[in-house]
Parts: sequence; structure tokens; C-alpha cells
Amino acid sequence: MIINHPLLGPRDSQEFTYLGDAGLIERPDWQAEDAADAFYEYLYLRDNPAGLHKELWYHEQGDRSWLVVTRNISSHEIISVELARDVARQKGRSK
Amino acid sequence: MSQINRIGGGRIDRSQVLNFSFDGKSYQGHPGDTLASALLANGVRLMGRGFKYHRPRGPLTAGSEEPNALVELRTGARQEPNTRATTAELFEGLQARSQNRWPSLAFDAMAVNDRLSRFFAAGFYYKTFMWPKAFWEKLYEPIIRRAAGLGSLTAQADPDEYDKGFLHTDLLVIGAGPSGLAAALTAGRAGAKVILADEDFVAGGRLNSETYAFGDGSGTDWAALAVAELAQMPNVRLMTRTTVIGAFDHGIYSALERVSDHLALPLPGKPRQILWRIYTKRSLLCAGALERPIAFENNDRPGIMLAGSLRSYVNRWAALPGKTVAVFTNNDNGLRTATDLISKGVNVAAVIDCRADTPDISGTETLRGAQVIDTSGRLGLASVTVQLADGNKRTIACDALGVSGGWNPNVHLTCHQRGRPRWDETLSAFVPDTCPPGMTVAGAANGQLSTAAALAAGTSGAVAALADIGVKAAPVDLPRTEDAAASVKAFWYVQHGKGRAWLDQQNDVTVKDVKLAHLEGYRSVEHLKRYTTLGMATDQGKTANMGGLAIMAELTGKSIPETGTTIYRPPYTPVPIAAFAGRSTGKGFRPTRLTPSHKWATEQGAVFVEVGMWLRAQWFPKPGETHWRQSVDREVLATRKSVGICDVTTLGKIDVQGTDAAEFLNRIYANPFGKLAVGKVRYGLMLREDGMVMDDGTTARLAEDHFITTTTTANAVGVFRHMEFCRQCLWPDLDVQIISTTEAWAQFSVAGPNARKLLEKIVDKDHDISNEAFPYMGCGEITVCGGLRARLFRISFSGELAYEIAVPTRYGDGLIRAMVEAGREFDAVVYGTEALGVMRIEKGHAAGNELNGTTSALNLGMGAMVSKKKDSIGSTLCQRDGMNRQDTLVLMGFRPVDPAQSFSAGSHFINKDAVANASNDQGYMTSVAYSPNLGHTIGLGLLRNGGARKGEIIKAVNPLKGIETDVEVVSAHFVDPEGERLRA
Amino acid sequence: MRYSGFRVIKEALTGHKGWTPAWRDPEPQSQYDIVVIGGGGHGLATAYYLAKEFNQKRIAVIEKGWIGSGNVGRNTTIIRSNYLLDGNEPFYEFSMKLWEGLEQDFNFNAMVSQRGVLNLCHSDAQRDAMTRRGNAMRLNGVDAELLDAEGVRKMAPFLNFDNARFPIKGGLLQPRGGTVRHDAVAWGYARGADSRGVDILQNCEVTGFRIENGKCLGVETSRGFIGAKKVGCAVAGSSGKVMSFAGMRLPIESHVLQAFVSEGLKPILPGVITYGAGHFYVSQSDKGGLVFGGDIDGYNSYAQRGNLPVVEDVCEGGMSLMPMIGRARLLRMWGGIMDMSMDGSPIIDRTGIDGLYFNGGWCYGGFKATPASGWCFAHLLATDAPHPTATAYRFDRFRKGLMIDEKGMGAQPNLH
Repeated sequence: MIINHPLLGPRDSQEFTYLGDAGLIERPDWQAEDAADAFYEYLYLRDNPAGLHKELWYHEQGDRSWLVVTRNISSHEIISVELARDVARQKGRSK
Repeated sequence: MSQINRIGGGRIDRSQVLNFSFDGKSYQGHPGDTLASALLANGVRLMGRGFKYHRPRGPLTAGSEEPNALVELRTGARQEPNTRATTAELFEGLQARSQNRWPSLAFDAMAVNDRLSRFFAAGFYYKTFMWPKAFWEKLYEPIIRRAAGLGSLTAQADPDEYDKGFLHTDLLVIGAGPSGLAAALTAGRAGAKVILADEDFVAGGRLNSETYAFGDGSGTDWAALAVAELAQMPNVRLMTRTTVIGAFDHGIYSALERVSDHLALPLPGKPRQILWRIYTKRSLLCAGALERPIAFENNDRPGIMLAGSLRSYVNRWAALPGKTVAVFTNNDNGLRTATDLISKGVNVAAVIDCRADTPDISGTETLRGAQVIDTSGRLGLASVTVQLADGNKRTIACDALGVSGGWNPNVHLTCHQRGRPRWDETLSAFVPDTCPPGMTVAGAANGQLSTAAALAAGTSGAVAALADIGVKAAPVDLPRTEDAAASVKAFWYVQHGKGRAWLDQQNDVTVKDVKLAHLEGYRSVEHLKRYTTLGMATDQGKTANMGGLAIMAELTGKSIPETGTTIYRPPYTPVPIAAFAGRSTGKGFRPTRLTPSHKWATEQGAVFVEVGMWLRAQWFPKPGETHWRQSVDREVLATRKSVGICDVTTLGKIDVQGTDAAEFLNRIYANPFGKLAVGKVRYGLMLREDGMVMDDGTTARLAEDHFITTTTTANAVGVFRHMEFCRQCLWPDLDVQIISTTEAWAQFSVAGPNARKLLEKIVDKDHDISNEAFPYMGCGEITVCGGLRARLFRISFSGELAYEIAVPTRYGDGLIRAMVEAGREFDAVVYGTEALGVMRIEKGHAAGNELNGTTSALNLGMGAMVSKKKDSIGSTLCQRDGMNRQDTLVLMGFRPVDPAQSFSAGSHFINKDAVANASNDQGYMTSVAYSPNLGHTIGLGLLRNGGARKGEIIKAVNPLKGIETDVEVVSAHFVDPEGERLRA
Repeated sequence: MRYSGFRVIKEALTGHKGWTPAWRDPEPQSQYDIVVIGGGGHGLATAYYLAKEFNQKRIAVIEKGWIGSGNVGRNTTIIRSNYLLDGNEPFYEFSMKLWEGLEQDFNFNAMVSQRGVLNLCHSDAQRDAMTRRGNAMRLNGVDAELLDAEGVRKMAPFLNFDNARFPIKGGLLQPRGGTVRHDAVAWGYARGADSRGVDILQNCEVTGFRIENGKCLGVETSRGFIGAKKVGCAVAGSSGKVMSFAGMRLPIESHVLQAFVSEGLKPILPGVITYGAGHFYVSQSDKGGLVFGGDIDGYNSYAQRGNLPVVEDVCEGGMSLMPMIGRARLLRMWGGIMDMSMDGSPIIDRTGIDGLYFNGGWCYGGFKATPASGWCFAHLLATDAPHPTATAYRFDRFRKGLMIDEKGMGAQPNLH
């Protein structure tokens, strides 16, 4: 596969390490009432859709960027690639 | 031996003679020959035996789709099984042997199977060999295994080299026949970057096998001119002997180039083959079409081959498969074989055409509406029996028969991403439908079966593909050539007769087998394939599958498209496993990382050990030491007595900087870091989000906003990745930057009562490293050896007064030499990983065997370290009930009750009076060493409710070795439990 | 019809006219007692044991394509019970025992061949871990032998002992491990189930569940609604997709695992060998092909095909371990979709929906589990209680912190 890195252009996916569902960005609040449940669902449950999937790839043999790749996991077609940091900020994550 | 069946013409170089042997017998051929064409020219038709019935077989085809003519090529460690004689280029001294026969190809004892074939119908083995139960493995299976298989491996390592290469291009043209050449000319002239790849050793495809007019000359001449022009273009890469084997995601193609297979040996410095990974913006598949046979009784005798292949042997290779030839066809293309042979003066006994309206061919008899219903000839064809239109039968003597059932567009690569082909009723064939993104198809592969149509499709296909990527190209002028409309009557098998008609010749699958599969309910094409093994041979059923599924369609009353095809999978043709491995074999399997002291250690005769990618000194044997334990014991004792030095560069080092660096560390470690003072080091316990221990290490604060974090050797890469994840994905606005400096610093542990004294000789005098100025867990930036910048950490893995000292990596070799010199007066030793391990077990430090991914802080006796006052990775989920049970495993120390006894890591714990079985399992021993200080074996282990069981005697059981040892549960800290030495 | 050598001979002598279909092709009925979704190994085994061992009636297996089209028809055929953890080892040994009597039980030769499974180790730490595992097996009454390097050399002298990047230090051998002809497992169970009245409905795709008041009443399919008192789902890589019809999110991701076969060769490998320093495992089929595989591609996928990096990685491992295979040709590669769970261990459990049961999370170890998975799922469906060897395979183990993590990789499915 080829991942079109937002900063570096097209790169062979072999340069990257895969983590999984981009939902892992949305780490719950440890002080919330339901923190135990929220962390369980955050870490263990997956939508695992047979279609578009937002997922985390790490450019390990490159610039060390974490990327959010939107990919159809039934066809492997890649729809978009973003810096995970930008996605995290869009989701309201900061410090 | 003369080439009795060699005729005039052809594309072989008669000026040179090549000597070769087959089954020990010597023959001669010429450059341009394949092994098969040369054998045919020498009058040899018998080249193999069938897989199951061991019937005599000759080549069915003249290409890579060959099912029958498989040989063992070359000798010794270069012996390669199952090589297709039809594609193996002849070279001087070539040695080939037939395979899967005994004692000889002409007389094969296993051919008795053919007589018993009725007992060996499809799937018979699923229904028997079940009684008595033990007989399957002891009797039946060994017999079946010995009989199965084709060629053999030698059990020797492959001596050749294989390379990998990477290419980037605008247009990959797959196949250099008429459409591929036209496409490459079009794209090449437009200035696009083009790769033209063809599996053959000569470009031109079918043009080299046909005789019809092509502009003012021949197709062969035109192909040669096209090749010459392409060769002049710097933007075109023409790759013959190169098979595109697979279409992978996002325009990545894999291709195998056979660099040296046409030579006796690879040229010096050259690989045998190169596996290319081709990144292309567009691809144009011009892979042509494959002729398909018609099944009839005894259609598998040597001498019976596809009509187009027969024509290839005659036209391209000037090799006659037989003196008297007949043709059996259902289409006009097959008639060409007859006309070509007649024009060369070959005796064509008859054309048998199942159609009623075949035109007359002068020079032979045309039998319209006729079918071949049987053949004769033990080791090769002698005659065919024909049923004429009027129902009468006639036997025609011939020693070669060309069969054509029509042509199947070569859709293989279009389906590598699970596309399915579409049925074309006019052609009675599947044609490409949905292709992988970026791929289009031209020529015969797309059902454009006439040469003129193929040429036109090639040039227009290239224009369209390039337009897609913004390159303007103009169609090229093309010569006038044959443009016959496809005329085919779907005809799959001859219904007459009770005998066997072969579909898959290699796997011996017959029409009857398909009928049996249908009868037994294996009606899906996939069930048919798997039950009968149709299409599972080395040719992947390229000539067989279509007939099988057509017959199944007829039996089930469904249409052929409803019946569907099996899935086409890479590789297009089989690829040596070595080619996929390239140079990543042997010692080169993975990179080797060397420590800064490696050269010095080598000079000392150190024994090295693989630790991940690293090679580390395991121990340093001294003269007179004959057992590793002697060396290790000496290193341990000398360290604890005076001082020892160890290269610990392999530990991961991560530089953490930024105004939020302390907060960042606070969140990735379970214990707090916010209040760590500048100039101090703290042990850090890192959890995964699931609450299990991920790693541990030390973190030194060099400045308010600057930390050095270490990781274990094993987890260096993973921890860094995790930290980047936390930094970029979880807390993107924290002001923190990290970089791995593992390779930037050489780091040594200096441990033992005289560690400070040794270091004082190295560290420049303006740095005070006295116990007061540089206490336990202190750190600082210093200089050594007269101004070399260094970092000093007062940390200990051994439990001794100890430091770790780091210098820029290029000074690592110098530093070890300087320290060894400085240590001479203290009898300093350099110790390896074994002594390191012994001392950490003596001290009770957890390491890799304990940090096994299933242990929590609580398990390791560090539950109290997990701060509940702050958020850190893993701090929530480590509180789950299941991880906090009262009887949970706790890391303890273990010693043998009888000091003379020992035990092994991996032993399990069983209570003293309990039976050793799984339900009484109390935990397991993680790490074991012989302690030279204590004089007996010691161990660390995880024991149920271990914290409350100190002093208890239990059993360490090792059923694998049949050993049970009584052990006492003790503290994990065997040496200096109060930690006084550390602080000395 | 009972299969036997006599039957084969009789049919051979009478033109093979008497054979009957191995299973029927019935029309779906409107209502069954139990519907098993998934005509793979696990689903067919479940139906077989429901009928045979648990005396259940009115059972259907529904399959989207042709039976055996999933992972049971695309794996490397290895069986073994060399597990480490309490939650796993008794289950896999139960499976091994079922394999050992399977062919006589379902009257179909699946070529169960116990030629041994040898796991190699290349470091002291690996040997320690192997010792622990081997001892866990022995404490469970399972066969295991620890070999040193010489012992390995005796078994497999063709391995790379002289020029290895990661030298072989020994291995853990399970002599009873081996291989089974994978398609035959699906067919044997299908035939056995069919002969006991189970309806096997092929080309019948589930499109939804009918759930009312927290109770599952049946399944919507491409061939219409099929009612059932109980519905069991055993669809491996499609688990996420099918269970999403019931509104469930699972602790499972779907990943592609590739497998490979070489051209046919005369016998050269004794049993199953797995490399400990690279991703490579191999055996030789009765037909002569080297059947081998390695790591999953590593990214989520439903595509049943993989990519080059893993192909190369696997072959690098193979060549490093046994350089004699270099001139053998790789004939075919394919991909199966693995239901990779969060701890690498499976789930056989009730769901929060009454009447809906789940079997999945087999990662790439599902084939060897087929008999026990079927038996235990049948036990759960028939009795509403877990089989004694499958009590740990619960959904709630993640919530409770009771993971069964053989590899210690944590909640990252692509590392299991």
C-alpha cells in the first residue's frame, strides 16, 4: 500500500507501523464517574466496520509522525491522510 | 545424436550447437531453444509422468502454462524441481531429469496406478484409510506421501544470490506481444516513463509463432524493429525474462526477472534472479490469451498438444512434434496450424473440426462435424480415432495432434484484487471486468483476439492510460495485418466413450471426476476444485479450469457465468522462495547492531549473544577457563569484590525536553515525576493502558526542561513509539519534544566497591563525584579524560555502588580502553550479559523474564508505586478486580532447601504436599541463576499470594526434565537487601 | 451412506454410480430450534455436535457463500495443543483429543496426521518461556518435550545451524501436534450434520437479526426471514460485521493473514516447524506442497488478500531457517480474515441479547480449535452453560481484568 503522507508525500506503507482504530485518540477522562467503563470501552471495543475505517499509522522509518488514515478496509482504498496531531486537536485534545 | 525432427527456419541460432542431457542421455540444440523445443527436435516427446496415474506425458503447451513437461533442472545444490521444459532456455551443459517416476521415465512402476484408476477416483481418500485408526499415520499416509510430490529438493542450501529492486514509472506494460509493443511505442514516443515486461526471453509474443503477413514483412521483423526503437529510448525500460507476478494495492506490482537462469551459472557478482517492486501510475495488461484444449478420451498422450503451441514449435523453433500431424479444432485459429505445417511440407493427415462449415484446406483432408473420440500409443501418440459426421469411425495414424478449443483471454492479473471476469458469449470465454485501480487491458487479454485489433488496442490503451495521468500521447502508425473475426463454437469435451478424458493433466483430473464431484454434491466451483484438485497443480489450471467449470455448468443446468470461476491468486507463475527473501538470509536475515565496545570485546575473545538486533558480549573467558560458569562466576565475584565494567549502550535512551516535559513523564509513568529535582535520577514504572507493566527504566533530570529516560533493550523501539503516540495523539499541545539517542551515546555501567575510585581516575578533576557531592541517584553532565563531555548517573542494577557513564558513541571504544587501564590497579573486570543477569537476580530486579506483558505492578511487588493521585497511562484499568485479587501472583525469591540442588526457569510451583497438576499450579519460576556469592542456585518467580508466604517450603516442578525441587520462599533481594552498598 | 474401503471398491467396480451427495441442498424452513450462522469449520462442527452429542433437533447452518469458504478452507492446517495459560490449555487439549477420534466419529478421512509440531527457540529467555509452557502442558497431562540444539538437529538436520543470524538453541516439541486436511474437516462435519437432519443452507447471507424486547427471534437473510429459538454466530473474520446487525461492538478487529503453498515436492519435512526468530511456520502436505505462513499483515482488512511486505518477510524467515527451500517455488498465496481479539484468545459466550450467542475471536488459531469450539458452542447453545474447558472465554473478562494473553501483548490485536 502507499500512504500519502501530508508532509512527505507518497510513502510505502512498509515504512509505517500500524496501531489501530483512530478512536484511540479519544482517551477518556480518568476522573469521570464512569471512568472504569469508559476506559474499558475505549481500549477494548471496536466498530471494526467492513468499510471506511479511520486508523492510526506511525511513520516509524520516517519522520515519526502519527497519521490518521481513512481507508476502506474492504478494498484497501485510502481516502484521506491527516496528521494525528491535527485530528486530536480537532477533537478538542490539547494538553 | 542428430536432431531428427529439426526443420528449416525458426528463430534459433544454428551457428552454435548446445550440448545438453535429459535423463543422462546427450542431445544437441541451439541458442533460442527451450528444453522442450530441443527435445522435440531430437524426437523426444515423452518428458514426464502424471501425478496420480503416472501416465506418460509430453508437453501440452509451449509456454509457462505447461502442466506436463516438468523436470528437475541442474544438479547438486542448484537442483531445481518442477522446472517447465517449455520455458527453460537451453544452455551449454544443461542437465535435466524427469521426475516422479521409478525406475525410469519409459518404464514407471507406479503406472500400475493407471490400471487401478477406477479405485482412485476423485476424493477416494476421504472415504477410506480410516481403519484401523493407527494405520493412517503408520501405513497409508507414508505410502501416499512417498507417491505424491513431483520433483525433489536436495536439502542443501541454495548457493545463488537473489536481489530486490525498486522501480518507479508512469506506465507498466505487461506483456510484449503485439498490443504491448504498440502500447510501449506509443507511450515511449510520448516521452512517458515506461516499463515493458515480458516473461519470454524474446519480445514479440505470438508474433514469433505466426506466419501471416504483417505490413510488408513478418510479425517477427516488426517486433524486432519495435524492440530496437524502444531500446533507444532512455525513458523506456524493456525487461524480457521478467514475469509480472502480482498486482498489489495502490499500483504496486511485483515482477521476477530471471537474470541468470539461461546460463550455466550466474555471472560473477550477478544474482540468479531479481524481484522487482514496481510502483506505477498506470498499468496496461497486454498478457495475451491462452489456448484451451478439448477433453476427449486418452487426450493426454505425448504428441497431443495445443494447436497454437504445436505451431509455435514449428514456426519459432523449427521443431516438429511429429512426422505426421493431425489437428482437432472448434475454431478458425486452429486451422492455421494445419496451413502453416502444410506450407512447410509437413504431412498433415487430417483436420478434424467439430463445426459443420469449415472451409477446405488444400493439402489435407478436412473432416467437418467430426470429433476425436480416442487415441492410441503407449509412450506417445500413434493414432487418433475420429467419429465422423455420419457416425462412422475412422482411425488416422499420426504422431502429433494439435488441439484447439478456442482461446481464453489471460485475465489473471485483473483478478488479483478479487475482481471477477465477465463472460463473453461471442468468444465463449471470460474477459476482464473490474480491474485493480489503475489497470486497463488491451489486446487478446481483453478479448481482442485478432492481431490488428490487438495492435490498435495497445496504442489506444496507452493513449488513454497516459491521458489519465495528464500525459498527451498520439496513436502510432500500425502495419496492416490479419484481422479475422473470432469464430469459435463452444465445445468443451467429447461425450463419446467410457474412458477417461483429461482436464487437468498434471493432477490427473478427468471429466469423470467432475461428474463424480457433481454427483456427490461438490458443485460450487471451489468445492469442485478442492474435491478433485482440478486447477491446483503447478500451472494453477491455466489450461484446465475452463473445461472443468463448463462441464459443471452443464451438469447443474446453470450458465457458465452463474457457475463462475475460482479465484485467481498471485503469483502468476510460481516464484522461487529465495527470490522473495532476497539478501535477507543467513547472517543477513536481520541487521546486526554492535555495541561501542564490540571491537575491544572481540580482541578479548568475548563470547557474544544475540539480544534482539544487538550482539552483546555474554562473557569474557580467560585462559584456563573451560566452562562458561567459571568465567561468569569470576566476573560476578570480582565486581562485587572490587569493580566491574559492562557495556549497557543497548538500553534505550530517550531525550525528553520542553517546558511540559515533567508533566509528560508524569503521565506516561505510573509513579510521579513532577517533583524530581534537577541532578537526580528516578526509577520509572511504565504501564500499558491495560494496566500491565510495559517497561521500566530510569529517568534523569538534567535541567528543569530536560530529562534523559532509559528503557529496556527489548522495548526501546516500542516505548519510543508509545511516547510519540502520547505526545502527538493524546496531548498534542504539551510542550515536549523527544528524540531517541540510543545510538548517540555509548554507556557503561561501572559497579562495585571500587567503582568510584576507578571513575575518579577518568573523570576530570573539576567534577566532584564523592558520595556527598554525587550521592546515590544523582546525575550530572561532566567531562572525562581531559575535556570529553560525558554524562554520569549514579544508578545500580547490580546492587553495588555503581554508576553509568555515557560519552558520545564514537568515544565508546576509547572509554572502555581507558577504564580498563584505569581499573588495572583494582583488578577490575569487564563483565558480560550473563554476569549482569546473575547480579540483577541476586539483587531481585525484575527484567525481561518478569516484564513479560502479563505482569502488573502488583505482581512485581511494585503496586504501591502506581500513583492514584494523578492520571497516567494504565492507572485506571490496573484497578480492575481481576488484576487485584488477593491470591494474585507476586514476585518472590526462591532458594533450594538443599543448596546442592538446582532448578530451572520455567518450573512451576506446587504446594509441598499437593499433586503436581495444573489445578494445583501456584505460579512459575521466571529467572534462575547460580549465585557465586551465596554458593547455590537462586531464583525469582511469581507465586500466588507470594507476599504472605515467605519462609514456606514448596516444590519447583519441572516435568519436562522430570525434576522436582523443594524450595524456600524468600525475599527477592538475595544480596544486600537493605541497599547499603548502593549508597556507600 | 457409510464410507469405507469396501464401499470404494464396490463403487469402483460398478462405475461410481451409487454415490450420493455428501449433503443435501434444502430450502430454508421458516422456523428452526437453533440457527448457526456461518458454514465454516466452527459453525458446521457446532451443528454436528448439537445434533449428535446434545440431541438437538431442527437445526440449520446458514452460509453466505459455499461451506468451507472461510478460514477453514484457507489456513495452514496445523493442529496443536501447546498452550501456556490455564484458560486455554484444557480447551485446546480437548480439541486435540477430538481430532484424534474425529475421522471414525464422522466417517470421513480428514487425514489427521500427528507428525509433531516443533517450536524453535533462539535465546535463553525464549527457552525459559518454552520451559514454562512445556511444563504447563505437562501439568495438564499433555505431551511436550524440550529439545536442545542437538535434539533439534537430529529431527531436522536441514535447518540452518551454521550460518544463522539467530542460532537455534532448542525447541519445544509436541509429538501429537500435526496437520489435518482442512477442507475435509468442513466436508466431514457438513456430511455428518446433514445426515443427522441439519439443514445446510448455502448462498444464504445474513442481513440482520430480528430482535424484540431484548430477545432474538431469528435472522433476516438473503433468502428471507428464518426464525429460531436460539441463534449462534460463528463467522470468524466477519464477526464485527454480523454482530453489528445486533448493535454490538466487539473486542475484536478483522485482520488479514496470508498463507502460502509451494509446488509439490517429494517428502522432505517431517512435521510442523515454527521459527522463533522470525515469522515463519511450515509443514508439508500429503500432496507434497510446503504449506507455510507467518505474521498477519498488521492492518485491519476484510479483503481476503494481503500485500508484498509480509510475503517477503515470511520468505525471509523461511530462507533464514531452512535455506534448502530457496529453489522450491511459491505456487499460490491467499489471505483469510482473522477475528483478532484483544487478548489473543477466543470468546464463546452468551450476548446481552436473549437467544443470541457468540463464538469468535479465534485470531489465527481457529483451525486447530474447530472440534472443541463446535462442541463447546453446542454445549452452550444446548444447555445455556459453558463447557468446563471453555469457562474463561467470556465477553466480560476484559471489563474484569481477566485477560487470557498468551503472548503478553495487551490490547493490541495485531500483535497477538
